[in-house]
Amino acid sequence: MSMTPMQRTLAALGHREPDRVPLFLLLTEHGARELGLSIEAYFSRAENVIEGQLRLHRKYRTDCLYAFYYAAIEVEAWGGSTLFIENGPPLCAGPVIRSPAQIDSLQPPAIAGAAGLGRVLDTIRGLKARVGDTVPIVGVAISPFSLPVMQMGFDRYLDLIFDQPARFERLMQANIEFTVEWANAQLAAGATAICYFDPVSSTTSIPRELYLSTGMDVARRVLPRIKGPTATHMASGRVMPILGDIADTGTAIVGVSALEDLAELKAAAHGRVALLGNLNGIEMRRWSAEQAEFAVRRAIAKAGRGGGFLLGENHGEVPYLVPDEVLLAISAAAERWGRYPLDWIEAWQKDNP
Amino acid sequence: MNDQVRAFRALLESLDRVGAENAISQALTAMTPIQVIDQIVVPALEEIGRAWEAGEVALSQVYMSGRICEALVEAVLPPSDPDRKHQPRSAIVTLSDFHMMGKRIVYSHMRASGFELFDYGRMDVDELVERVLADKIRVLMISVLMLPSALKVAEVCRRFKEAGVVVRVIVGGAPFLFDDKLWREVGADAMGRNAAEAVALVGGWMQEMEA
Ligand code: B12
Repeated sequence: MSMTPMQRTLAALGHREPDRVPLFLLLTEHGARELGLSIEAYFSRAENVIEGQLRLHRKYRTDCLYAFYYAAIEVEAWGGSTLFIENGPPLCAGPVIRSPAQIDSLQPPAIAGAAGLGRVLDTIRGLKARVGDTVPIVGVAISPFSLPVMQMGFDRYLDLIFDQPARFERLMQANIEFTVEWANAQLAAGATAICYFDPVSSTTSIPRELYLSTGMDVARRVLPRIKGPTATHMASGRVMPILGDIADTGTAIVGVSALEDLAELKAAAHGRVALLGNLNGIEMRRWSAEQAEFAVRRAIAKAGRGGGFLLGENHGEVPYLVPDEVLLAISAAAERWGRYPLDWIEAWQKDNP
Repeated sequence: MNDQVRAFRALLESLDRVGAENAISQALTAMTPIQVIDQIVVPALEEIGRAWEAGEVALSQVYMSGRICEALVEAVLPPSDPDRKHQPRSAIVTLSDFHMMGKRIVYSHMRASGFELFDYGRMDVDELVERVLADKIRVLMISVLMLPSALKVAEVCRRFKEAGVVVRVIVGGAPFLFDDKLWREVGADAMGRNAAEAVALVGGWMQEMEA
Protein backbone atom coordinates (compact mmCIF):
# COMPACT_ATOMS: atom_id res chain seq x y z
CA MET A 1 0.00 0.00 0.00
CA SER A 2 1.51 3.32 -0.92
CA MET A 3 1.55 6.23 1.47
CA THR A 4 0.89 9.90 0.80
CA PRO A 5 3.99 12.11 0.99
CA MET A 6 2.69 13.40 4.33
CA GLN A 7 2.29 9.91 5.81
CA ARG A 8 5.68 8.89 4.48
CA THR A 9 7.35 11.94 5.95
CA LEU A 10 5.65 11.64 9.34
CA ALA A 11 6.66 7.98 9.61
CA ALA A 12 10.27 8.88 8.83
CA LEU A 13 10.21 11.73 11.36
CA GLY A 14 8.77 9.32 13.93
CA HIS A 15 11.90 7.20 13.35
CA ARG A 16 9.89 4.43 11.73
CA GLU A 17 10.36 2.98 8.25
CA PRO A 18 7.76 4.23 5.74
CA ASP A 19 7.14 2.55 2.34
CA ARG A 20 10.16 4.36 0.94
CA VAL A 21 12.71 7.00 1.90
CA PRO A 22 11.04 10.41 1.53
CA LEU A 23 12.57 12.50 -1.25
CA PHE A 24 13.07 16.09 -0.10
CA LEU A 25 14.64 17.58 -3.20
CA LEU A 26 14.35 21.23 -2.25
CA LEU A 27 13.84 22.99 -5.57
CA THR A 28 13.40 26.73 -6.03
CA GLU A 29 14.55 28.44 -9.25
CA HIS A 30 13.93 25.29 -11.29
CA GLY A 31 10.28 26.35 -11.20
CA ALA A 32 11.18 29.30 -13.43
CA ARG A 33 12.64 26.89 -15.96
CA GLU A 34 9.45 24.80 -15.89
CA LEU A 35 7.38 27.88 -16.63
CA GLY A 36 9.77 29.31 -19.21
CA LEU A 37 10.25 32.49 -17.16
CA SER A 38 13.27 34.45 -16.00
CA ILE A 39 14.04 33.95 -12.33
CA GLU A 40 13.07 37.54 -11.58
CA ALA A 41 9.72 37.27 -13.37
CA TYR A 42 9.05 33.90 -11.74
CA PHE A 43 9.45 35.24 -8.22
CA SER A 44 7.40 38.36 -8.93
CA ARG A 45 4.03 36.56 -8.63
CA ALA A 46 2.84 33.96 -6.13
CA GLU A 47 0.81 32.21 -8.87
CA ASN A 48 4.05 31.37 -10.70
CA VAL A 49 5.65 29.79 -7.68
CA ILE A 50 2.50 27.83 -6.82
CA GLU A 51 2.37 26.42 -10.33
CA GLY A 52 6.14 25.87 -10.46
CA GLN A 53 6.18 23.99 -7.16
CA LEU A 54 3.29 21.74 -8.17
CA ARG A 55 4.96 20.91 -11.49
CA LEU A 56 8.31 20.16 -9.85
CA HIS A 57 6.59 17.97 -7.27
CA ARG A 58 4.94 15.92 -10.01
CA LYS A 59 7.93 15.79 -12.32
CA TYR A 60 10.45 14.63 -9.71
CA ARG A 61 7.99 12.80 -7.45
CA THR A 62 9.22 14.69 -4.41
CA ASP A 63 7.62 14.38 -1.00
CA CYS A 64 7.36 18.06 -0.20
CA LEU A 65 6.53 21.49 -1.56
CA TYR A 66 8.99 24.27 -0.86
CA ALA A 67 7.71 27.80 -0.30
CA PHE A 68 11.20 29.30 -0.13
CA TYR A 69 11.91 32.13 -2.58
CA TYR A 70 15.44 33.29 -1.65
CA ALA A 71 17.18 34.37 1.55
CA ALA A 72 17.43 38.05 0.64
CA ILE A 73 13.62 38.38 0.58
CA GLU A 74 13.73 38.70 4.38
CA VAL A 75 16.21 41.56 4.16
CA GLU A 76 13.89 43.31 1.70
CA ALA A 77 11.50 43.59 4.65
CA TRP A 78 14.25 45.45 6.56
CA GLY A 79 14.72 47.90 3.68
CA GLY A 80 17.28 45.94 1.67
CA SER A 81 17.27 45.36 -2.05
CA THR A 82 17.84 42.25 -4.10
CA LEU A 83 19.94 41.68 -7.17
CA PHE A 84 18.64 39.17 -9.69
CA ILE A 85 21.00 37.22 -11.88
CA GLU A 86 20.19 35.15 -14.91
CA ASN A 87 21.32 31.69 -13.85
CA GLY A 88 21.39 31.55 -10.08
CA PRO A 89 19.82 32.67 -6.84
CA PRO A 90 18.90 36.32 -6.20
CA LEU A 91 21.35 37.99 -3.84
CA CYS A 92 21.17 40.57 -1.11
CA ALA A 93 22.58 43.69 -2.77
CA GLY A 94 24.14 45.39 0.22
CA PRO A 95 23.94 45.93 3.96
CA VAL A 96 20.98 47.70 5.57
CA ILE A 97 22.91 48.24 8.80
CA ARG A 98 25.84 50.41 7.74
CA SER A 99 27.07 51.34 11.17
CA PRO A 100 26.67 49.42 14.44
CA ALA A 101 25.06 52.49 16.06
CA GLN A 102 22.00 51.97 13.87
CA ILE A 103 21.28 48.83 15.87
CA ASP A 104 20.36 50.91 18.94
CA SER A 105 17.18 52.15 17.31
CA LEU A 106 16.47 49.18 15.09
CA GLN A 107 12.83 48.08 14.98
CA PRO A 108 11.70 44.80 13.46
CA PRO A 109 9.54 45.43 10.39
CA ALA A 110 5.91 44.29 10.30
CA ILE A 111 5.41 41.14 8.23
CA ALA A 112 2.19 42.54 6.77
CA GLY A 113 4.01 45.53 5.33
CA ALA A 114 6.53 43.53 3.30
CA ALA A 115 5.47 42.80 -0.27
CA GLY A 116 7.92 39.92 -0.79
CA LEU A 117 6.92 38.14 2.39
CA GLY A 118 3.28 38.63 1.37
CA ARG A 119 3.97 36.75 -1.88
CA VAL A 120 5.49 33.88 0.07
CA LEU A 121 2.41 33.72 2.30
CA ASP A 122 0.12 33.77 -0.76
CA THR A 123 2.19 30.93 -2.20
CA ILE A 124 1.73 28.85 0.93
CA ARG A 125 -2.02 29.52 0.96
CA GLY A 126 -2.30 28.55 -2.70
CA LEU A 127 -0.33 25.35 -2.23
CA LYS A 128 -2.32 24.43 0.85
CA ALA A 129 -5.58 24.90 -1.08
CA ARG A 130 -4.30 22.46 -3.71
CA VAL A 131 -2.79 19.69 -1.58
CA GLY A 132 -4.47 19.98 1.80
CA ASP A 133 -2.76 17.65 4.25
CA THR A 134 -1.40 15.18 1.72
CA VAL A 135 1.96 16.87 1.01
CA PRO A 136 4.13 18.70 3.55
CA ILE A 137 4.62 22.37 2.72
CA VAL A 138 7.96 23.64 3.95
CA GLY A 139 8.36 27.31 4.88
CA VAL A 140 11.69 29.00 5.61
CA ALA A 141 12.93 31.45 8.21
CA ILE A 142 16.54 32.57 8.42
CA SER A 143 17.67 32.39 12.04
CA PRO A 144 18.02 35.71 13.91
CA PHE A 145 21.63 34.71 14.46
CA SER A 146 22.43 34.14 10.76
CA LEU A 147 20.37 37.00 9.31
CA PRO A 148 22.93 39.71 10.26
CA VAL A 149 25.40 38.40 7.66
CA MET A 150 23.02 39.84 5.09
CA GLN A 151 21.94 42.78 7.24
CA MET A 152 25.50 44.04 7.83
CA GLY A 153 28.13 41.81 6.16
CA PHE A 154 29.91 38.78 7.58
CA ASP A 155 33.14 40.44 8.75
CA ARG A 156 31.39 43.37 10.43
CA TYR A 157 29.02 40.93 12.09
CA LEU A 158 31.87 38.88 13.55
CA ASP A 159 33.46 42.10 14.76
CA LEU A 160 30.17 42.99 16.45
CA ILE A 161 29.90 39.61 18.19
CA PHE A 162 33.43 39.91 19.58
CA ASP A 163 33.71 43.63 20.26
CA GLN A 164 30.20 44.84 21.13
CA PRO A 165 28.27 42.18 23.04
CA ALA A 166 25.54 44.58 24.20
CA ARG A 167 24.76 45.72 20.67
CA PHE A 168 24.90 42.14 19.48
CA GLU A 169 22.24 41.28 22.07
CA ARG A 170 20.13 44.25 20.99
CA LEU A 171 20.29 43.05 17.38
CA MET A 172 19.31 39.54 18.44
CA GLN A 173 16.28 40.90 20.29
CA ALA A 174 15.02 42.73 17.21
CA ASN A 175 15.73 39.79 14.93
CA ILE A 176 14.12 37.26 17.24
CA GLU A 177 10.82 39.16 17.20
CA PHE A 178 10.94 39.29 13.42
CA THR A 179 11.79 35.60 12.92
CA VAL A 180 9.13 34.37 15.34
CA GLU A 181 6.44 36.47 13.64
CA TRP A 182 7.58 35.44 10.19
CA ALA A 183 7.68 31.74 10.98
CA ASN A 184 4.27 31.83 12.65
CA ALA A 185 2.73 33.77 9.76
CA GLN A 186 3.84 30.97 7.43
CA LEU A 187 2.42 28.30 9.71
CA ALA A 188 -0.85 30.21 9.93
CA ALA A 189 -0.97 30.38 6.12
CA GLY A 190 -0.71 26.59 5.94
CA ALA A 191 2.96 25.63 6.13
CA THR A 192 3.52 22.23 7.72
CA ALA A 193 6.95 22.98 9.12
CA ILE A 194 9.59 25.71 9.16
CA CYS A 195 13.11 25.24 7.93
CA TYR A 196 15.27 27.35 10.26
CA PHE A 197 18.41 28.24 8.33
CA ASP A 198 21.27 28.85 10.70
CA PRO A 199 24.63 28.25 9.00
CA VAL A 200 26.46 30.84 11.11
CA SER A 201 25.92 28.40 14.00
CA SER A 202 27.66 25.66 12.04
CA THR A 203 31.12 24.65 13.22
CA THR A 204 32.28 25.73 9.76
CA SER A 205 31.60 29.28 10.93
CA ILE A 206 32.07 29.38 14.71
CA PRO A 207 33.50 27.04 17.36
CA ARG A 208 31.18 25.04 19.61
CA GLU A 209 31.84 27.14 22.74
CA LEU A 210 30.72 30.26 20.92
CA TYR A 211 27.69 28.44 19.52
CA LEU A 212 26.57 27.50 23.02
CA SER A 213 26.51 31.11 24.16
CA THR A 214 25.20 32.65 20.91
CA GLY A 215 23.47 30.63 18.17
CA MET A 216 22.17 27.98 20.53
CA ASP A 217 20.96 30.53 23.04
CA VAL A 218 19.10 32.31 20.25
CA ALA A 219 17.58 29.04 18.96
CA ARG A 220 16.35 28.29 22.47
CA ARG A 221 14.65 31.66 22.62
CA VAL A 222 13.07 31.22 19.18
CA LEU A 223 12.09 27.62 18.51
CA PRO A 224 9.70 27.18 21.46
CA ARG A 225 7.80 30.25 20.25
CA ILE A 226 7.35 28.83 16.74
CA LYS A 227 3.98 27.09 16.69
CA GLY A 228 4.93 24.09 14.61
CA PRO A 229 7.77 21.67 13.90
CA THR A 230 11.14 23.00 12.75
CA ALA A 231 14.08 21.70 10.79
CA THR A 232 17.42 23.30 11.57
CA HIS A 233 19.51 23.65 8.43
CA MET A 234 23.20 24.54 8.32
CA ALA A 235 23.20 25.16 4.54
CA SER A 236 26.00 22.61 4.03
CA GLY A 237 28.07 23.83 6.97
CA ARG A 238 29.38 21.19 9.38
CA VAL A 239 27.47 20.07 12.50
CA MET A 240 29.10 16.94 13.91
CA PRO A 241 30.47 18.48 17.16
CA ILE A 242 27.15 20.22 17.92
CA LEU A 243 24.57 17.70 16.71
CA GLY A 244 23.52 16.85 20.28
CA ASP A 245 23.30 20.55 21.17
CA ILE A 246 21.08 21.22 18.16
CA ALA A 247 18.83 18.36 19.22
CA ASP A 248 18.60 20.05 22.64
CA THR A 249 17.05 23.14 21.02
CA GLY A 250 13.95 21.04 20.32
CA THR A 251 14.21 20.89 16.54
CA ALA A 252 12.94 17.79 14.71
CA ILE A 253 15.26 17.63 11.71
CA VAL A 254 18.84 18.68 10.98
CA GLY A 255 20.05 19.42 7.44
CA VAL A 256 23.55 17.98 7.05
CA SER A 257 26.54 18.55 4.79
CA ALA A 258 28.27 16.47 2.13
CA LEU A 259 31.47 17.38 3.95
CA GLU A 260 30.58 15.00 6.78
CA ASP A 261 29.94 11.26 6.90
CA LEU A 262 26.25 10.44 6.90
CA ALA A 263 26.64 7.14 8.76
CA GLU A 264 28.54 8.88 11.56
CA LEU A 265 25.95 11.63 11.70
CA LYS A 266 23.13 9.10 11.84
CA ALA A 267 24.81 7.33 14.72
CA ALA A 268 25.38 10.63 16.53
CA ALA A 269 21.76 11.74 15.96
CA HIS A 270 20.83 8.72 18.02
CA GLY A 271 17.17 8.81 17.13
CA ARG A 272 16.82 12.28 18.68
CA VAL A 273 16.61 14.18 15.40
CA ALA A 274 15.94 13.09 11.84
CA LEU A 275 18.53 13.94 9.18
CA LEU A 276 17.99 15.68 5.86
CA GLY A 277 20.73 15.47 3.23
CA ASN A 278 23.39 15.14 2.11
CA LEU A 279 23.82 14.98 -1.68
CA ASN A 280 26.43 17.45 -2.93
CA GLY A 281 24.45 20.10 -4.84
CA ILE A 282 27.50 21.77 -6.34
CA GLU A 283 29.00 18.59 -7.76
CA MET A 284 25.54 17.54 -8.90
CA ARG A 285 25.77 19.98 -11.79
CA ARG A 286 28.04 17.60 -13.67
CA TRP A 287 26.82 14.20 -12.46
CA SER A 288 26.04 11.47 -14.97
CA ALA A 289 22.94 9.33 -14.38
CA GLU A 290 25.24 6.64 -12.96
CA GLN A 291 26.92 9.05 -10.56
CA ALA A 292 23.52 10.29 -9.41
CA GLU A 293 22.36 6.74 -8.77
CA PHE A 294 25.55 5.93 -6.90
CA ALA A 295 25.25 9.00 -4.67
CA VAL A 296 21.63 8.18 -3.87
CA ARG A 297 22.44 4.57 -2.99
CA ARG A 298 25.38 5.60 -0.84
CA ALA A 299 23.27 8.08 1.14
CA ILE A 300 20.44 5.61 1.65
CA ALA A 301 22.89 2.84 2.61
CA LYS A 302 24.44 5.08 5.24
CA ALA A 303 21.32 6.60 6.77
CA GLY A 304 18.13 4.95 5.52
CA ARG A 305 17.66 2.14 7.99
CA GLY A 306 15.14 2.66 10.77
CA GLY A 307 13.64 5.84 9.31
CA GLY A 308 14.76 9.20 10.67
CA PHE A 309 16.09 10.12 7.24
CA LEU A 310 14.90 12.37 4.42
CA LEU A 311 16.92 12.21 1.20
CA GLY A 312 17.86 15.56 -0.29
CA GLU A 313 20.80 17.71 -1.28
CA ASN A 314 22.91 19.32 1.39
CA HIS A 315 22.27 23.04 1.17
CA GLY A 316 18.53 23.49 1.31
CA GLU A 317 18.25 24.38 -2.36
CA VAL A 318 19.36 22.67 -5.57
CA PRO A 319 21.43 25.10 -7.67
CA TYR A 320 19.68 26.33 -10.81
CA LEU A 321 22.62 25.10 -12.91
CA VAL A 322 21.83 21.46 -12.06
CA PRO A 323 20.27 19.98 -15.23
CA ASP A 324 16.83 18.35 -15.20
CA GLU A 325 18.33 15.03 -16.34
CA VAL A 326 20.34 14.78 -13.12
CA LEU A 327 17.24 15.47 -11.04
CA LEU A 328 15.31 12.83 -12.97
CA ALA A 329 18.12 10.35 -12.34
CA ILE A 330 18.09 11.15 -8.62
CA SER A 331 14.34 10.78 -8.51
CA ALA A 332 14.43 7.42 -10.34
CA ALA A 333 17.19 6.13 -8.07
CA ALA A 334 15.31 7.21 -4.94
CA GLU A 335 12.21 5.43 -6.19
CA ARG A 336 14.14 2.26 -7.05
CA TRP A 337 16.56 2.01 -4.12
CA GLY A 338 14.57 3.82 -1.43
CA ARG A 339 11.94 1.08 -0.93
CA TYR A 340 12.04 -0.40 2.52
CA PRO A 341 13.26 -2.80 3.84
CA LEU A 342 16.38 -1.76 1.85
CA ASP A 343 17.58 -5.34 1.75
CA TRP A 344 20.18 -4.55 -0.95
CA ILE A 345 22.38 -2.60 1.44
CA GLU A 346 24.67 -5.27 2.87
CA ALA A 347 25.57 -6.81 -0.49
CA TRP A 348 26.12 -3.36 -2.01
CA GLN A 349 28.29 -2.16 0.84
CA LYS A 350 30.59 -5.16 0.40
CA ASP A 351 31.35 -3.96 -3.13
CA ASN A 352 31.33 -0.27 -2.20
CA PRO A 353 33.02 0.03 1.18
CA MET B 1 55.44 22.06 14.64
CA ASN B 2 57.79 23.65 17.17
CA ASP B 3 56.72 24.95 20.56
CA GLN B 4 56.84 28.59 19.56
CA VAL B 5 54.47 27.99 16.65
CA ARG B 6 52.20 25.83 18.77
CA ALA B 7 52.00 28.45 21.49
CA PHE B 8 51.38 31.25 18.99
CA ARG B 9 48.64 29.26 17.27
CA ALA B 10 46.92 28.66 20.61
CA LEU B 11 46.97 32.41 21.34
CA LEU B 12 45.42 33.14 17.96
CA GLU B 13 42.71 30.51 18.28
CA SER B 14 41.68 31.87 21.65
CA LEU B 15 41.69 35.37 20.07
CA ASP B 16 44.24 36.56 22.62
CA ARG B 17 45.47 39.67 20.83
CA VAL B 18 47.63 40.91 23.68
CA GLY B 19 49.20 37.51 24.24
CA ALA B 20 49.99 37.26 20.52
CA GLU B 21 51.60 40.73 20.58
CA ASN B 22 53.77 39.74 23.53
CA ALA B 23 54.84 36.51 21.88
CA ILE B 24 55.93 38.41 18.78
CA SER B 25 57.83 41.07 20.77
CA GLN B 26 59.56 38.29 22.62
CA ALA B 27 60.52 36.52 19.39
CA LEU B 28 61.81 39.79 17.90
CA THR B 29 64.55 39.94 20.52
CA ALA B 30 66.18 36.93 18.86
CA MET B 31 64.99 37.08 15.24
CA THR B 32 64.52 39.58 12.40
CA PRO B 33 60.95 40.56 11.51
CA ILE B 34 60.98 38.50 8.32
CA GLN B 35 62.21 35.47 10.25
CA VAL B 36 59.43 35.90 12.77
CA ILE B 37 56.90 36.00 9.94
CA ASP B 38 58.29 33.01 8.07
CA GLN B 39 59.01 30.83 11.06
CA ILE B 40 56.16 31.66 13.43
CA VAL B 41 53.31 33.64 11.87
CA VAL B 42 53.02 31.78 8.55
CA PRO B 43 53.31 28.25 10.01
CA ALA B 44 50.73 29.08 12.68
CA LEU B 45 48.28 30.42 10.10
CA GLU B 46 48.92 27.36 7.94
CA GLU B 47 48.06 25.09 10.84
CA ILE B 48 44.89 27.03 11.53
CA GLY B 49 43.89 26.84 7.85
CA ARG B 50 44.37 23.08 7.79
CA ALA B 51 42.45 22.70 11.03
CA TRP B 52 39.52 24.69 9.55
CA GLU B 53 39.35 22.34 6.65
CA ALA B 54 39.38 19.34 8.94
CA GLY B 55 36.47 20.92 10.79
CA GLU B 56 38.51 21.46 13.97
CA VAL B 57 38.65 25.23 13.95
CA ALA B 58 35.88 27.63 12.94
CA LEU B 59 35.89 30.41 10.41
CA SER B 60 35.54 33.08 13.08
CA GLN B 61 38.92 31.93 14.43
CA VAL B 62 40.51 31.92 10.97
CA TYR B 63 39.20 35.41 10.34
CA MET B 64 40.29 36.86 13.68
CA SER B 65 43.72 35.15 13.48
CA GLY B 66 44.30 36.74 10.10
CA ARG B 67 43.29 40.14 11.41
CA ILE B 68 45.47 39.92 14.50
CA CYS B 69 48.49 38.82 12.47
CA GLU B 70 47.92 41.41 9.77
CA ALA B 71 48.04 44.15 12.39
CA LEU B 72 51.12 42.65 14.05
CA VAL B 73 53.00 42.37 10.78
CA GLU B 74 51.94 45.86 9.79
CA ALA B 75 53.57 47.13 12.97
CA VAL B 76 56.89 45.32 12.62
CA LEU B 77 57.15 45.48 8.85
CA PRO B 78 55.63 48.62 7.31
CA PRO B 79 54.37 48.30 3.70
CA SER B 80 57.35 50.15 2.25
CA ASP B 81 59.91 48.11 4.16
CA PRO B 82 62.51 46.78 1.71
CA ASP B 83 62.27 43.47 3.48
CA ARG B 84 58.69 42.98 2.30
CA LYS B 85 58.93 40.05 -0.03
CA HIS B 86 60.02 40.56 -3.60
CA GLN B 87 57.10 39.24 -5.48
CA PRO B 88 55.31 39.28 -8.80
CA ARG B 89 52.62 42.00 -9.01
CA SER B 90 49.57 40.46 -7.41
CA ALA B 91 45.94 41.35 -6.87
CA ILE B 92 42.90 39.86 -5.21
CA VAL B 93 39.25 40.27 -6.18
CA THR B 94 35.76 39.01 -5.37
CA LEU B 95 34.28 38.09 -8.73
CA SER B 96 30.65 39.13 -9.31
CA ASP B 97 29.45 38.06 -5.86
CA PHE B 98 28.66 40.32 -2.97
CA HIS B 99 30.46 37.98 -0.59
CA MET B 100 33.60 39.72 0.52
CA MET B 101 34.58 37.66 3.52
CA GLY B 102 36.68 35.01 1.71
CA LYS B 103 38.71 37.75 0.04
CA ARG B 104 39.06 39.65 3.30
CA ILE B 105 40.54 36.58 5.00
CA VAL B 106 42.92 35.69 2.19
CA TYR B 107 44.04 39.31 1.90
CA SER B 108 44.91 39.57 5.58
CA HIS B 109 46.70 36.21 5.52
CA MET B 110 48.78 37.35 2.54
CA ARG B 111 49.69 40.60 4.24
CA ALA B 112 50.37 38.86 7.52
CA SER B 113 52.81 36.70 5.59
CA GLY B 114 54.70 39.71 4.28
CA PHE B 115 53.11 40.02 0.82
CA GLU B 116 51.86 43.20 -0.80
CA LEU B 117 48.93 43.00 -3.16
CA PHE B 118 46.21 45.15 -4.72
CA ASP B 119 42.73 44.75 -3.31
CA TYR B 120 40.30 45.19 -6.20
CA GLY B 121 37.19 44.80 -4.06
CA ARG B 122 34.24 43.43 -6.00
CA MET B 123 34.33 43.41 -9.80
CA ASP B 124 32.66 41.88 -12.82
CA VAL B 125 34.54 40.22 -15.67
CA ASP B 126 35.04 43.24 -17.98
CA GLU B 127 36.27 45.60 -15.34
CA LEU B 128 38.53 42.95 -13.83
CA VAL B 129 40.24 42.01 -17.10
CA GLU B 130 40.81 45.69 -17.90
CA ARG B 131 42.36 46.41 -14.51
CA VAL B 132 44.60 43.35 -14.55
CA LEU B 133 45.97 44.31 -17.96
CA ALA B 134 46.45 47.95 -16.99
CA ASP B 135 48.18 47.08 -13.71
CA LYS B 136 50.33 44.39 -15.36
CA ILE B 137 49.28 41.85 -12.77
CA ARG B 138 51.02 38.48 -12.92
CA VAL B 139 49.26 36.68 -10.08
CA LEU B 140 45.50 37.09 -9.69
CA MET B 141 43.62 35.64 -6.75
CA ILE B 142 39.88 35.22 -7.27
CA SER B 143 37.40 34.55 -4.49
CA VAL B 144 33.76 33.55 -5.06
CA LEU B 145 30.91 32.11 -3.03
CA MET B 146 28.28 31.51 -5.70
CA LEU B 147 28.44 28.77 -8.31
CA PRO B 148 27.54 31.05 -11.25
CA SER B 149 30.40 33.37 -10.22
CA ALA B 150 32.80 30.42 -10.08
CA LEU B 151 31.89 29.56 -13.66
CA LYS B 152 32.70 33.13 -14.73
CA VAL B 153 36.36 32.47 -13.96
CA ALA B 154 36.42 30.56 -17.28
CA GLU B 155 35.59 33.80 -19.10
CA VAL B 156 38.33 35.67 -17.23
CA CYS B 157 40.96 33.06 -18.13
CA ARG B 158 39.84 32.97 -21.76
CA ARG B 159 40.17 36.75 -22.04
CA PHE B 160 43.74 36.66 -20.70
CA LYS B 161 44.67 34.07 -23.31
CA GLU B 162 43.09 36.15 -26.07
CA ALA B 163 45.02 39.19 -24.91
CA GLY B 164 48.19 37.10 -25.00
CA VAL B 165 49.16 37.83 -21.41
CA VAL B 166 50.33 35.31 -18.87
CA VAL B 167 48.46 35.78 -15.61
CA ARG B 168 48.50 33.00 -13.07
CA VAL B 169 45.03 32.61 -11.65
CA ILE B 170 44.44 31.08 -8.26
CA VAL B 171 40.84 30.54 -7.19
CA GLY B 172 39.11 29.75 -3.92
CA GLY B 173 35.75 29.78 -2.18
CA ALA B 174 32.92 27.40 -1.34
CA PRO B 175 32.07 26.07 -4.84
CA PHE B 176 35.68 24.97 -5.29
CA LEU B 177 35.63 23.24 -1.91
CA PHE B 178 32.50 21.28 -2.76
CA ASP B 179 33.63 20.29 -6.26
CA ASP B 180 37.35 19.64 -6.38
CA LYS B 181 37.38 19.35 -10.17
CA LEU B 182 35.83 22.75 -10.74
CA TRP B 183 39.05 24.81 -10.73
CA ARG B 184 40.44 22.84 -13.66
CA GLU B 185 37.15 23.05 -15.51
CA VAL B 186 37.24 26.86 -15.40
CA GLY B 187 40.88 26.96 -16.47
CA ALA B 188 42.48 28.28 -13.28
CA ASP B 189 46.13 27.49 -12.55
CA ALA B 190 45.48 26.44 -8.99
CA MET B 191 42.94 26.46 -6.23
CA GLY B 192 43.48 27.05 -2.55
CA ARG B 193 41.33 25.25 -0.03
CA ASN B 194 42.01 27.91 2.60
CA ALA B 195 43.80 31.22 2.98
CA ALA B 196 47.07 29.66 4.14
CA GLU B 197 47.23 27.56 0.99
CA ALA B 198 47.01 30.77 -1.00
CA VAL B 199 50.10 32.03 0.80
CA ALA B 200 51.99 28.77 0.15
CA LEU B 201 51.03 28.71 -3.54
CA VAL B 202 52.00 32.30 -4.25
CA GLY B 203 55.21 31.75 -2.29
CA GLY B 204 56.04 28.78 -4.51
CA TRP B 205 55.24 30.64 -7.73
CA MET B 206 57.29 33.57 -6.59
CA GLN B 207 60.42 31.47 -6.41
CA GLU B 208 59.62 29.91 -9.79
CA MET B 209 59.08 33.29 -11.43
CA GLU B 210 62.23 34.78 -9.94
CA ALA B 211 64.29 31.83 -11.17
C1 B12 C 1 26.87 30.99 6.08
C2 B12 C 1 26.18 30.75 4.76
C3 B12 C 1 25.06 31.53 4.46
C4 B12 C 1 24.56 32.65 5.37
C5 B12 C 1 25.47 33.87 5.16
C6 B12 C 1 25.95 33.94 3.71
C7 B12 C 1 26.76 35.13 3.29
N1 B12 C 1 28.06 35.11 3.44
O1 B12 C 1 26.20 36.06 2.80
C8 B12 C 1 23.12 32.89 4.84
C9 B12 C 1 22.10 32.11 5.63
C10 B12 C 1 22.68 34.34 4.85
C11 B12 C 1 23.25 32.30 3.44
C12 B12 C 1 22.42 32.66 2.43
C13 B12 C 1 22.59 32.27 1.11
N2 B12 C 1 23.41 31.30 0.64
CO1 B12 C 1 24.71 30.43 1.78
N3 B12 C 1 26.07 29.53 2.71
C14 B12 C 1 26.65 29.76 3.86
C15 B12 C 1 27.83 28.78 4.08
C16 B12 C 1 27.45 27.73 5.12
C17 B12 C 1 29.12 29.51 4.47
C18 B12 C 1 29.38 30.69 3.56
C19 B12 C 1 30.37 31.70 4.06
O2 B12 C 1 30.08 32.88 4.16
N4 B12 C 1 31.58 31.27 4.37
C20 B12 C 1 32.64 32.13 4.75
C21 B12 C 1 33.69 32.24 3.68
C22 B12 C 1 34.79 33.16 4.12
O3 B12 C 1 34.20 30.94 3.44
P1 B12 C 1 34.80 30.53 2.05
O4 B12 C 1 34.26 31.36 0.97
O5 B12 C 1 34.69 29.06 1.88
O6 B12 C 1 36.34 30.96 2.19
C23 B12 C 1 37.35 30.15 2.73
C24 B12 C 1 38.00 29.25 1.68
O7 B12 C 1 37.10 28.82 0.69
C25 B12 C 1 39.16 30.06 1.18
N5 B12 C 1 38.98 31.03 0.10
C26 B12 C 1 37.97 31.88 -0.16
N6 B12 C 1 38.26 32.68 -1.19
C27 B12 C 1 39.48 32.33 -1.61
C28 B12 C 1 40.26 32.84 -2.65
C29 B12 C 1 41.52 32.28 -2.89
C30 B12 C 1 42.35 32.83 -3.99
C31 B12 C 1 41.98 31.20 -2.09
C32 B12 C 1 43.26 30.57 -2.37
C33 B12 C 1 41.20 30.71 -1.04
C34 B12 C 1 39.95 31.27 -0.81
O8 B12 C 1 39.58 30.77 2.32
C35 B12 C 1 38.46 31.11 3.16
C36 B12 C 1 38.87 30.96 4.61
O9 B12 C 1 39.59 29.79 4.85
C37 B12 C 1 28.01 28.15 2.65
C38 B12 C 1 28.31 26.67 2.59
C39 B12 C 1 29.71 26.29 3.06
N7 B12 C 1 29.80 25.17 3.71
O10 B12 C 1 30.66 26.98 2.81
C40 B12 C 1 26.66 28.44 1.95
C41 B12 C 1 26.68 28.85 0.48
C42 B12 C 1 27.73 29.88 0.28
N8 B12 C 1 25.39 29.50 0.27
C43 B12 C 1 24.94 29.36 -0.93
C44 B12 C 1 23.77 30.02 -1.41
C45 B12 C 1 23.27 29.61 -2.78
C46 B12 C 1 23.09 30.99 -0.65
C47 B12 C 1 21.88 31.81 -1.09
C48 B12 C 1 22.00 32.42 -2.46
C49 B12 C 1 20.60 30.96 -0.97
C50 B12 C 1 19.40 31.64 -1.54
N9 B12 C 1 18.81 31.06 -2.57
O11 B12 C 1 19.00 32.66 -1.08
C51 B12 C 1 21.83 32.90 0.01
C52 B12 C 1 22.53 34.20 -0.40
C53 B12 C 1 22.54 35.21 0.69
C54 B12 C 1 22.94 36.57 0.24
N10 B12 C 1 24.05 37.07 0.75
O12 B12 C 1 22.24 37.16 -0.54
C55 B12 C 1 25.78 28.38 -1.73
C56 B12 C 1 26.55 29.05 -2.89
C57 B12 C 1 26.88 28.11 -4.02
C58 B12 C 1 25.76 28.01 -5.00
N11 B12 C 1 24.85 27.05 -4.84
O13 B12 C 1 25.69 28.81 -5.90
C59 B12 C 1 26.71 27.73 -0.63
C60 B12 C 1 28.12 27.38 -1.05
C61 B12 C 1 25.99 26.46 -0.14
C62 B12 C 1 26.08 25.29 -1.11
N12 B12 C 1 26.75 24.21 -0.75
O14 B12 C 1 25.56 25.34 -2.20
N13 B12 C 1 24.29 31.45 3.32
